[in-house]
Formats: sequence, structure tokens, C-alpha cells
Amino acid sequence: MEKRVTFSRWSIGILFAVPQLLLIFTFFYWPAGQAVYWSLTLQQPWGGGNIWVGLDNFRSILANADYWNSITASLVFAACSTGLAMVIALVLAALTDRQLAGSRLYRVVLIWPYGIAAPALAMAFRFILAPEAGFMAVVNQVWPGFWDPGLDGTDAMASIIAAFSWKYVGYNFIFFLAAFQAIPRSLIEAAAMDGSGVLRRFWDIQFPLITPTIFFLLVINITESFQDSFGIVDIMTAGGPANSTNLMVYKIYSDGFKGLDYSGAAAQSIILMLLIIVLTIFQFRFIERRVHYR
Amino acid sequence: MASITIRDVRKSYAKMQVVHGVNLDIASGEFVVILGPSGCGKSTLLRMIAGLEEISGGTIAIDGKVVNTLEPRERGCAMVFQNYALYPHMSVAQNIGYSLKVAGVPVAERAQRIQAVARILELEHLLDRKPMALSGGQRQRVAMGRAMIREPKVFLFDEPLSNLDAKLRVQMRSEIRKLHRRLSATSVFVTHDQVEAMTLADRLVVMNGGRVEQVGTPAEVYSRPASRFVATFVGAPAMNMLEGEVTLDGLSLLGGSRKLNVSRAGLPVGSKIAVGIRPEAVRLVAPGTPGALDATVDLVEELGAGRVIYVDLDGAAFSVVTSETAHPAPGSAVGLQFSEADLHFFSSETGSRLDVFKASMPVPAL
Repeated sequence: MEKRVTFSRWSIGILFAVPQLLLIFTFFYWPAGQAVYWSLTLQQPWGGGNIWVGLDNFRSILANADYWNSITASLVFAACSTGLAMVIALVLAALTDRQLAGSRLYRVVLIWPYGIAAPALAMAFRFILAPEAGFMAVVNQVWPGFWDPGLDGTDAMASIIAAFSWKYVGYNFIFFLAAFQAIPRSLIEAAAMDGSGVLRRFWDIQFPLITPTIFFLLVINITESFQDSFGIVDIMTAGGPANSTNLMVYKIYSDGFKGLDYSGAAAQSIILMLLIIVLTIFQFRFIERRVHYR
Repeated sequence: MASITIRDVRKSYAKMQVVHGVNLDIASGEFVVILGPSGCGKSTLLRMIAGLEEISGGTIAIDGKVVNTLEPRERGCAMVFQNYALYPHMSVAQNIGYSLKVAGVPVAERAQRIQAVARILELEHLLDRKPMALSGGQRQRVAMGRAMIREPKVFLFDEPLSNLDAKLRVQMRSEIRKLHRRLSATSVFVTHDQVEAMTLADRLVVMNGGRVEQVGTPAEVYSRPASRFVATFVGAPAMNMLEGEVTLDGLSLLGGSRKLNVSRAGLPVGSKIAVGIRPEAVRLVAPGTPGALDATVDLVEELGAGRVIYVDLDGAAFSVVTSETAHPAPGSAVGLQFSEADLHFFSSETGSRLDVFKASMPVPAL
């Protein structure tokens, strides 16, 4: 039996939980509650009270084609960047797991991108992907006009996906490598004795056994791609060209603080929150079933 | 069914050599046990046969065909691992049938063969369970089934019983023996447990420090150990060893306090030797009996069926196994008697067995 600490009086237990509850309340429930309240009112841009408008904010947002465009862009960004970051990390980790010399170095080096602030990282990528001077300038030399994120929405989207994926590849790699290493060596050897080749072993043994990690990273990556993309978008594209990279999180900022539509921004953040909640529930309900926990 | 020929096989990791030129012939259908202490290279040797470790030097041939560069799956070996290595996400049936699935055997035939193996191992009612829900003995049987279903040429066992409790180990031991009689496939079994080794082996290979010390039937290894290491490693309690030196008129033991009148048989005076005697070969007699060594009882270990009596012989520890219920109390004096035929002689320098004494003449009483 697992030993549990028990308190003779429930009040002592509550006392221990209070600091944490206080933090969560102050930094999550209270702001979220405020956002819900604002989203149901119309705020004066220059202060001076608000009026209750019910669901009008939501109606006007959802009736706006720009907003639907933003949702689409966010979903495309989430799917592509999560897919790219996870697949690259998975391949790197699988290769590293097979040949372990220097893996300590990889571990340190690959976690660094995750520690870089998004604006700094975006600045670097802006230079790297600049059509006139960067790495892509070489490609443009061969096919003139092939790459220009300043004019072409698809190129801009590809740029922010590349920057975001780069940041998360290292993060995912660490988790994948740890998961691979947690698989007992003898399982792989047993599969080898059973006649299974390298790729077959990967699909039949390693992949099913790291599904808990894959699932965890899927949830984290998707959630983060909705939220952590702000700095990258702001520096690299500022939502352009022609709103093609105006992700939901960026649109909240620009509508709220640049357009001074506080109520509309509050409503958008409620929608974003609901979308992430729904996506996460969906993942737990439908994808987690295929996860093998040991 | 296959023979295994191992020629001058070596294994080194970076600069460390762990297996130093092993030669071994395993006949078709034979059950060979490799016995040795931890780190003696026995598992490494087994894994080289399996193809899980690269061979640094020498050759391993299965059925006359050198397999050094072959992948594990091409060698026709099946292996039972120490920790069972069952696939945790697959059911028992999937675990057993995995090799057939990889080989592309049709589902119907696969199911039929899984059933057949499960019947032999009495696993039929467990086929749908996951390994997590099995006991240690059942997991062990699944691991055996996974090896059996392929009808391999060679079975390799890497200390498969060491994770089981004592009772289950005895039971599985006899099951493995029965299974071998039934399938009579060539088997190589690695263990550090000498009881397992003695009971299972047709032939025993004793390894130490990356070298083969002796190859022989369990009875041969027990009665004529080829080296001091084998003598003390095989048999429990371990064989008693008395250090001695060759003198002009025979042997001086224990720093000169005891004499043994044997001919030198060509050994130079002053060569150091060790005299071994099994605890089971010593009789306890009254102190002062002519021809017996006088000693003091240190400790008595009760084993139920017998007793191990540890005595002090001029400062050297010495053990005696007796089946008599009446035994001397600690601190009392006893005489130790044994026949010359039970003595083993080993060179102190090389540790190898010296047969010169026994061959040349009867040994007079000590």
C-alpha cells in the first residue's frame, strides 16, 4: 500500500493548499473572470465606464470574415508547426538513441532554443529568411521571386512556422530521447531476435511504447502554438502581409491595444480559451485511447 | 537442431578485453550451461552467439556456417532474457506470435501455432492478458513460448531464472529440462547459480575472467576441477584450500605447522601449492585420533538435512559438512579425517590442477 500523509484536521490540509490556490486565483481565475465580464460589456476606449451588451461582442466578431481568416491561419499554423516540430524531434531522437556517443552534448545544445525569448529568436529568423540578404537570397538568385515573406502570405506563414518549430524541436527532442531511453534495451534486442528489422522495431515496439510522450507533447505543442506564437508573429510579420499571419493571439493584441477595441479583444480571448479547451478535450477523448501506458 | 563451433572468440570494449579467446564445441541437441561469477564474460559470449554483440575476434559457426556478420534474425537462434523482455503493450498471444507476424505467417496458422505453444506451457487461459497482469513464473513461461514458437535451431538462455523466487526457480528448472527433452534443440544456458548449472547441464562450461576454466559433465567438474577457481566456485560450501609448499620429503602445509608425506614428483623444492578437500569428504572424529588433524569448532550452521561445521585449523578457516544430528559444540576440539583420494592439488602460481601427486603414489596419513 502506498503511504499517504494524512492530516488530523481538514483545516490544516487547506492551509497547506492556500498559497497555491491563491496564486492560481490571482493569475488565472481572476483575469479570466475579468475577461469574461469585459467580453459582455462595451468598454470606452478612453475610460469612463462600460455598458452591458450581452453577447453582442461575440456576434460581431463571429460575423467578421477577418476573424474566421484568423482562426484558419491559427489552425494551419498549429497543425504545421506541431507536426514539423514533433516529426523532426522524433527522427533526431530515434537516431540519437541508436548511437549514443555525445548525447549529453545534444541534450544541452538542443534545449537552448527553448530558452531563447521568442522576439530574439524571431529577429534571427527574420535575417536568416530575408529574401534579399539571407539564406533564402541564394534560392531567389536561382528562381527570382520564389521567396518573399513580405509580399507572399504563404511564405510569411512558412517563416513563422519554421521559427516556431525550431524553438520546439529541441524541447520535444529532450522528451522523445528520454522516452526512447526508458525503453529497456532488452525489448529491442528481443524484437531483433524475433526477426524484426530496424524500421519494423521502431513501429512495433518503440513507437507504441513512447505514445504517452507523443500524446503529452501533442497537447503541449498545440496549446503553445496558439499562445507562444505572439512574439514570433509580432517581430517577423506583424500579422501581415494582408492578415495572412494574423493569428488569433496576435489579433487579440492588435485589435485590443492598437485598435483600442478592449471588449472585442476580451471576447476573442474567451473564444481562444474555449478553442484550446475544446481541442485539449478532443485530444484526451479521442487520441489518448490509443496511448499505451505501461 | 544445430551444432555451435566457437573458435578463439574475443570481445573488447574500447581498450578493455572481456573475453579472451574462447574455444568451445557444442554438439547438436546438447544442453550446455555456462557457469561463472558476475562479469566473467559469460553473458557477453552468449550475446555474441545471438548476434547482439559484435565479435571482436575469432569465429562463431552455427551448423558449420560462420555467423559473425549475420544479423540476429538470420542466425536461427531464440533467446530468453533475464528480465523476460516481454513487449508490455502486446497481449500474451501477440508476444508469443510476434516473430511469426514479422515473418509474415498467415493469421490462421499463427493462431494455431500460438495455441499449440500455449498448450505446452499451460498458458491457454492467459493468452489475452497483458504481461503486466502476469506473475513472475507466468511471464517466464511466456518468454519461453516466444522462443519456442519459432522452432529455432538454438535456444539461448541468459540467466532466465534469476528473477524468480526460490520455489518457482526449482519448478521452472525442471520445466526447462523437460522442455529440452521434448524439443531436444541445442541449448546454451548462462547462469551464476551452480545448482541450476549442475542440474540442467549435459555439459558445463566454467568461465572466469573472460576465459574458459573447464569444460566437462557436471560430475567431472565436481570431482576433478581443472583449476583452483573451479574447485572453489563449484560446490557449496566451497572446497577447503590449504596453502602449502613442496619440501624435500613432501609438503609442508599452513606455514609449516602440518606435514604431508608425498613424493615431490619433479616439482622443485619451494614451489607453492594449494591442497583442496571438499567439506563433504571430511569426517569428524574424536580429537587425537591417529592420522586426523586436530581443530577447534568455530560455528555450526544448521541446514536441516545436514550441518556445516566451520572449524579453525591453525588459523585457517575450514568447513565440514556432516549429516549426523549430534555435532560438536562451538569451541570444542575435533579431529578431521579424510582419505587421500579426496585431495586435490593446485599450483599456487597458475591455479591449475596438479595430478602429479595422485598419479605417483598413495598419500600416507597426514
